[in-house]
Amino acid sequence: MVGGLDLFLDYLAKYSPIVVFIILAAGFGIVTLVLSYLVQPKYPEDEKLSVYECGSEPFSDSRMPFPVRYYVIAMLFVIFDIEVIFLYPWAVTFDQLGVIGLIEMMIFIGLFVVAYVYAWRKGALEWD
Amino acid sequence: MATFVFLYFAAVIVMAASLVVLVRNPIYSALSLLVMFFHVAGLYVTLHAEFLAAIQIIVYAGAILVLYLFVVMLLNVKREEQFNRQGPVALFLGVVLLTEAVLLTVSRGFTVGAPEPGREGAAVGNTESIGEVLYSTYLFPFEIASLILLVAMIGAVILSKKGIMESK
Repeated sequence: MVGGLDLFLDYLAKYSPIVVFIILAAGFGIVTLVLSYLVQPKYPEDEKLSVYECGSEPFSDSRMPFPVRYYVIAMLFVIFDIEVIFLYPWAVTFDQLGVIGLIEMMIFIGLFVVAYVYAWRKGALEWD
Repeated sequence: MATFVFLYFAAVIVMAASLVVLVRNPIYSALSLLVMFFHVAGLYVTLHAEFLAAIQIIVYAGAILVLYLFVVMLLNVKREEQFNRQGPVALFLGVVLLTEAVLLTVSRGFTVGAPEPGREGAAVGNTESIGEVLYSTYLFPFEIASLILLVAMIGAVILSKKGIMESK
């Protein structure tokens, strides 16, 4: 496992910027919350703690159901996100794959165009 | 050190995955799932599967989790409601999966620690080696994937079309 350890240390060196980013991002959130909790003046009153809705009393539960369109948009996003993911390794090895690679990708994207046209014609992209 | 990193990721994955099913508020369990996705990505990095790690974050943490959150908000699940009538089915599946996991670890020789990292393509990058194999050897599954995604999208549109038509 000596070689494995060397490999791992090499990895750690390569990924240290990402680790620093994660620590900074998490630290910023934690420090902001903790610091503002520590320095804030605390004078709780009934009126202050009540739910605020533009001055008027809240007239409904804030947990209302989302329209189903959000789900359709999210689903379309997932599908075309995956399409783009498949394009990455193809773009990297494009010069080695040649014409066959281009034809493969054309078939792949062609099926996505079918999906896209279907969603468009069925009105899944329209909001109202 | 590698074992320590593996144990950290594995422990957080187990804890976050347990929280997903234990927490009452469905939004919290979705966010707990997000933590799990990120740590699975970290595990992929330790296995030298950088491309998979990037995809884990882009697709799972970025897209699929948003889909889950939208579904939770769409169904408008209240915190107090419980859906644990599938208990016997869950118990059965849990026992089957546990047996499977135990058999696999016993047959392969049980060891605690980091799994062996995959073959490191020193000459070419991780994404390149995936591209080379995916678009030649595994060409057919790749094309099938687009067909499956097409079916998934048609299903989503048909399932939600009723709701869209109703609200019009």
